[in-house]
Parts: sequence; C-alpha cells; structure tokens
Amino acid sequence: MAAAASMATSLTFPLLPSQGLRGPFTSSLPCTIPQRRFWRKVATNLITAKFELKPPPYTLNALEPHMSRQTLEYHWGKHHRTYVENLNKQIAGTELEGLPLEDIIIVSYNNGDILPAFNNAAQAWNHDFFWESMKPGGGGKPSGDLLDLIERDFGSFEQFIQEFKSAAAAQFGSGWAWLAYKANRLDVENAVNPWPSEKDKKLVVVKSPNAVNPLVWDYFPLLTIDVWEHAYYLDFQNRRPDYISMFMEKLISWEAVSARLEKAKALAAEREMEEERRKKEEEEKQTDGEAVEMYLDSDTDDSEAE
Amino acid sequence: MALRSLATRKTLTLGLNSTRLTQSRALQTFSLPDLPYDYGALEPAISGEIMQLHHQKHHQTYITNYNKALEQLHEAIQKGDSSTVVKLQSAIKFNGGGHINHSIFWKNLAPIHEGGGEPPKGSLGWAIDTSFGSLESLIQKMNAEGAALQGSGWVWLGVDKELKKLVIETTANQDPLVTKGPALVPLLGIDVWEHAYYLQYKNVRPDYLKNIWKVIDWKYASEVYEKECP
Ligand SMILES: [Fe+2]
Ligand SMILES: [Fe+2]
Repeated sequence: MAAAASMATSLTFPLLPSQGLRGPFTSSLPCTIPQRRFWRKVATNLITAKFELKPPPYTLNALEPHMSRQTLEYHWGKHHRTYVENLNKQIAGTELEGLPLEDIIIVSYNNGDILPAFNNAAQAWNHDFFWESMKPGGGGKPSGDLLDLIERDFGSFEQFIQEFKSAAAAQFGSGWAWLAYKANRLDVENAVNPWPSEKDKKLVVVKSPNAVNPLVWDYFPLLTIDVWEHAYYLDFQNRRPDYISMFMEKLISWEAVSARLEKAKALAAEREMEEERRKKEEEEKQTDGEAVEMYLDSDTDDSEAE
Repeated sequence: MALRSLATRKTLTLGLNSTRLTQSRALQTFSLPDLPYDYGALEPAISGEIMQLHHQKHHQTYITNYNKALEQLHEAIQKGDSSTVVKLQSAIKFNGGGHINHSIFWKNLAPIHEGGGEPPKGSLGWAIDTSFGSLESLIQKMNAEGAALQGSGWVWLGVDKELKKLVIETTANQDPLVTKGPALVPLLGIDVWEHAYYLQYKNVRPDYLKNIWKVIDWKYASEVYEKECP
C-alpha cells in the first residue's frame, strides 16, 4: 500500500522528476522494480490507468500570431496525441503499465541503451512540459530567485538568452533545448557525486536529440523548446533561428519556470536530507562492524601474545 | 571574399607553393547544384513549394555551413590548432553530409513523364528481385524503415561494393551512408526529415513515403550499381 501511495504522490508532480521522491543516489532500477511488482498485484483490482492527452493550458489560437492555431492543431492534436496513444498501446500488458510516466522514461532509457517505449514516453512528457513552458503574452524577463540564479550562473540574463538560443539552433536534426537545475550530480549520466557541494547546484543549458530529456541525467528540467521541424515548419519553414527568437521574446512563461525552480529546489533539498540520513545510518552500521572486527583482532592478538 | 583573404594569408605564411594553394582552394567551396527539373515538376507527389524550400533554403544552408566549417578547418590546420580541428568535425559531418545526401536525392527524383516511377531495368532490377523478392517488397521494406525512423534522417538502398550485395540502411540526421560501413555506396536515398514533406503531408510520413515512389527515378541508381558491380 505504501508503494502505491507514494506513486500516487509522484503523479501529482507530473512536471518534475520523480527520482527525488524515490530517494537519492540509487539507480532507478532497484527502486522501481519492487514498486512495480507491488503495483501489479494491486492493479488487478483497479481500472488500468491510461495516459491521457492533456490539452495545453490555453486555447489553440491563444498563442497567435506567434504560434498559429494550425501549428497547435497538428503539434498537439496529432503529434502529441500519437505519442500518447502509441505509448498506451506499447505498454499495455507489460511491466511498464501503471508506472508513472517519469519512471517509464527512466526505466526505458536504460542508461542510453534505449528500450522501445522510451521515445513515446519521453515525447509524451516533453510535449506536456513544452505547452506549459509557454503562455499567451509570455516572454520578457524573469524575476526573483530565478533571475538571481540566471545571473549567477550565466553572467547575465542576456548571456543566458544567447546560450539558450545557440543550444536550440545547434541541435543538429530533431530535438530539444533545455534550461535545467542540476543538483549534486556529476556531469556523468546518473553517476553519484561523492563530494556534493553548494556550487554543484546550478542552472545549465543543455540540448538533447529526438526524445531525450534531462530527466535521464537526473537534472530538474525548468524550460524547454521543441526544435523538431514540426514545431515551427508551418509558421517559419526553414527559419529555425526566427522561431527560437520568437519563443524567447513572446511565449516563455517565466512564472511556470519559476514555479518549477522552486519545486526543484525543494525536492533537491529533500533528497539531500535523505542522503545525509542514509550516510549517517551507514556510518553507524560501519562503526558497529568495525567494533566487532577490533574485538576479534584484539582476541587474535591476545592469543598470539600467549 | 573570405576565401580570398584566407588564400592571401596562406600565401603569406606558406610562401609560394601555388599549385597546392590552387588545389586546396578548389577543394574548399561547394555550390548548390541545379535541379534537372522545375520545382513544380514532381507534383502532385511533392509540391513545388516543398521542392523550392528544400533546394534553395535547406540544401543551400548545408552548403553555406559546410563551406564555412571547411574554411575554419583550413585555418585551424594552418595554425596547428588541434582542438578546433576536432571541434569542427561534427559541423563538417552534419553539413557536408547534408550536401552529399541532398545531391544524391535530387538525382533520385524525376517527373513522371521523364522516367519518374518507372521500375529499374537491367542488372539492378535483377539484383533487387534476387535480394528482396520483388521491387514491391523492397519498397515496402524501405517505407517501413523510413516510417519507423525516430526524428530526422534518411533511408537508403545501397550496395556493398566488396560483398556486391544490396542493403537497406537508415542513417540519423545528415549522416551519409558511408558512416554505416566504408564499403557502402548509396544508390537511392529518401529524405525523411520533416522538412521534406511537412507542408504537404504534415504528420503523416507514411503517405509521403507511399507517394514518393511515383517520382523515383532509377537511372542514377542503376548507373552506380553497374559501375560498382559490373
Ligand atoms: Fe514536437
Ligand atoms: Fe532534406
């Protein structure tokens, strides 16, 4: 019951990585497998939940004239829908059925050796995250904590804009560009940082090919732009740089980004506390172990001394 | 303009080896090849608007960026700047690949009254039947692979010039076929980037793949095949 309850909790944070809730510094697999087994037992008594295509938090013509209704009709109504529907078909009756979307993404990413469900799962998530990164009358400049961190980590807001734009423009082929919050992790996929420090917690700009997103590196995504051609072709054709500028200047919802940052910081802090607790427990265990060894050692010493 | 100044710099630093200079200059610029048919000539399979953007904008951009990267490479080599030389590899692969792939693609297409859609003749026709059973099943296989390709890329019919064997391959982004094996020679490439079909087919890539065969011209593929497998 506990496992099912914690999964229900993570479903209420669909926009943030769920790793934080599963506990820090453990690979996703040992964590999700027991959950999954338990879930499957429970699931026989429940209606199997399917992922649903969530509409953007605005009407389809609300981003005009910058992003046309036609683009949204295809991008959300066709592309996004297909990812969700194919994912549901793909996981029906498999061990992935019933898991939160974030868990499916991480399990099926499989440390880079991707399994079939990954593309649909990650694209379903990415598009939700993208719709909520925008709002009618968006753009402008962030404020508060977010602006402070941007200025600290990129030098200035203008430099951040530059870096984000060039990441989005330089993603060869289809993919995404991201602003993400990176906390206590090495720059290696899912690796554990043995010496986390305050300066590891920072904002980074990353790009990712096709369906990949920063959840698989254990970062907290804050903002994304879709740079698949379908995202801009009807409105901008080959002019990707114009689309990127328009997105930055007219559509970004900095409120959404700020809210995500606050959640990310809270989750990172929670994760850190749990890690501290775990470290302490392990130290205590180790001290107990050492005491026994010392006792045995001194025993042998005694017998040798005789 | 940039090239001229580069050449001048090279003359100043390297002295008078003008033959080599001419050669390296000749290697350095590529320009957009003309299409052997009008933009609208492949309609209704591929719209004139798509063809024009695809050729004038997309292919041109690969060429522009390829030339730019080659120029930077040249400069970095002159300076012995190895880290820049290495850093440029991805831009060269992407933009150079884009140029190579699109140059082949245009040759693989022709209007219906100029041979588009006619089945391959001669030894390639036989080889296709032997390897895949029939042209129909080759088409089905390439369409299935093209539809399943994630993101942007190409689906190829190639020939392994050592094993003398036909192969179907896909490549990601603008990777040319040779990245899948040094003996692979492309005969026919189908662009499955969204820019190749989006204005007309939107999200329905399988319809684009189904229709493109109406304007596939096998002449180029047959010539290359006969050269590699005489
Ligand atoms: Fe998209
Ligand atoms: Fe193309």
